[in-house]
Amino acid sequence: MLLLAVSIVVSLTIGSSGISVRDVWGILLHQLPLFSKEAGSYSAGEIAIVTQVRLSRVLLAVLVGACLALAGTGFQGVLRNPLADPYTLGVASGSSVGAAFIILFGLQAAMGMWTIPIVAFATGMATLLGVFWLANHKGVIHMETLILSGVILQSFLGAFVSFMVSMSDGIVNQILFWLMGSLAMRGWDHVYMLIPFLLIGLPLLLAYGRPLNLFVLGERHAAHLGIHVEQTKLIVLIGSTLLTAAAVSVSGVIGFVGLVVPHLIRLLVGPDYRLITPLSAIGGGIFVLWADTVARIALTPKEIPLGVVTALIGAPFFAYLLHRRKKGQGGAL
Amino acid sequence: MIEVREVIQDVNGRQVLKGVSFTFQKDRMYGIIGPNGVGKSTLLHLLSGVDRPKQGEVLLSGRPLTSYPRKMIAKQMAVLQQNGLPPVGFTVREVVSMGRYPYQNWLGSEDEDSVKLVEESLVAMGLKELELRTMDQLSGGERQRVALAKLMAQGPAILLLDEPTTYLDIGFQSQLMDTVRAWQRKSGLTVIAVLHDLNLAALYCDELVVLHQGKIEAAGTPQQVLTTSLIEQVYETKTTVISHPITGVPQMMLQPNFKG
Repeated sequence: MLLLAVSIVVSLTIGSSGISVRDVWGILLHQLPLFSKEAGSYSAGEIAIVTQVRLSRVLLAVLVGACLALAGTGFQGVLRNPLADPYTLGVASGSSVGAAFIILFGLQAAMGMWTIPIVAFATGMATLLGVFWLANHKGVIHMETLILSGVILQSFLGAFVSFMVSMSDGIVNQILFWLMGSLAMRGWDHVYMLIPFLLIGLPLLLAYGRPLNLFVLGERHAAHLGIHVEQTKLIVLIGSTLLTAAAVSVSGVIGFVGLVVPHLIRLLVGPDYRLITPLSAIGGGIFVLWADTVARIALTPKEIPLGVVTALIGAPFFAYLLHRRKKGQGGAL
Repeated sequence: MIEVREVIQDVNGRQVLKGVSFTFQKDRMYGIIGPNGVGKSTLLHLLSGVDRPKQGEVLLSGRPLTSYPRKMIAKQMAVLQQNGLPPVGFTVREVVSMGRYPYQNWLGSEDEDSVKLVEESLVAMGLKELELRTMDQLSGGERQRVALAKLMAQGPAILLLDEPTTYLDIGFQSQLMDTVRAWQRKSGLTVIAVLHDLNLAALYCDELVVLHQGKIEAAGTPQQVLTTSLIEQVYETKTTVISHPITGVPQMMLQPNFKG
């Protein structure tokens, strides 16, 4: 928590227009009703940069990270597969098809700034339904079949996206950049859009902490202890998918967060989902925030796609932790 | 206590149980025996309520099992599985505490003193020294003891065992069965165990139920059931039955049948 707060402030301060730490704090404090009486000695431009541009972006990074890491925790808990992540069931590919389609045909303005998020969200959810439909066998959904169905639909839709990318000579970059994920040019509206999903998803996954712990022992063990196995799987999967679809629709496909953050937390605190779930949300927030900070300042004035940064930072760090763990005691993930 | 009535069940499209009826009484230890693939574990899955029969019904204390909420069943009935617990990162104490899940509300708290019950289960299974170890640091036999301690913490009236000794050496086998039998006597449990080893079944069970070709072929005390003719009919192998020199229960001796 503390680390998150510090990260937010530091990240707020770093930026291409060079406003000092003191000024950032001053501007923020002046926004609070208690301090607003004091005359502000800051220019309107500085205030706008801090409150409109940076604060919203920083919060959005935290929320997107939290959504993705939470979803990853849910997917890994239910699928009990270390390679599971928020995109395993093809939600991201579904969203990508929708977004690529909109960009390719230049329909961004159809519903204002919300066109891409809404379409991406809808196609993502439709993909999930398709995956469930493929995996459903007489009312029972086997996890292996579910994962396979996800993989199949993912590659099928991935082909569509590649096709659209190849068809659009002039705007290739735009689709590709969306696919690689970015938080640039977003605003408070995007923050507000994510909050309800997080408000539902976080308590839901927290409430399922103990059942997920029992899932670690195996589905039959969980059933013998009085858990509705099928119902639990469905609720956690749908909750996680909603979080994923919401995050993807505002930020594009940011890889690695949902896969690695829950693993990192698990390596640090052990297998208890009552700890993993909340800490993953916080850890995901911190991770994406730093990745986004690097993405926007490393090569100013150019921005690096966020998905590139998360993978570049995340993979080596994860490898290091795995290596250390292997030397330490050789436990399984 | 728990009863199956005319249950019919398919596994992978093949009819395995073809109309099985039996009533298991309180304070008895039952062994379910029979050849491979005869539906012993299938019957146990029906009794546990995890699977539902295609036809017929399972009654717990006279009421259909399906009419109980899941957690209510878990308070009445605990299941020890063949493959035991996986080597996960939870500590022994954490796993044993999971046995209390059916008694907890959604916040994870409960009325009864679960710490004391968990403590007693750990002591009873001789796991006190290992309580802070994680499961992935234990041997297979130790993990099976943890599984049993978890069931003890669950505080059931009925205990279902699905070939609990399969992966254990004979030392752990008799240790496990001794523990179960002592617990059964002390608490008046109904124990229903699927067992592969006929001699082990005869040593520990009050009654044996023999499944053959989807039906109950015979049921009764080991003396009544384990006869040379029945074994030959069901398992298609010749045996000699002798009486155990100490306890007097029947024990099976195989007869090799090859020339040369």
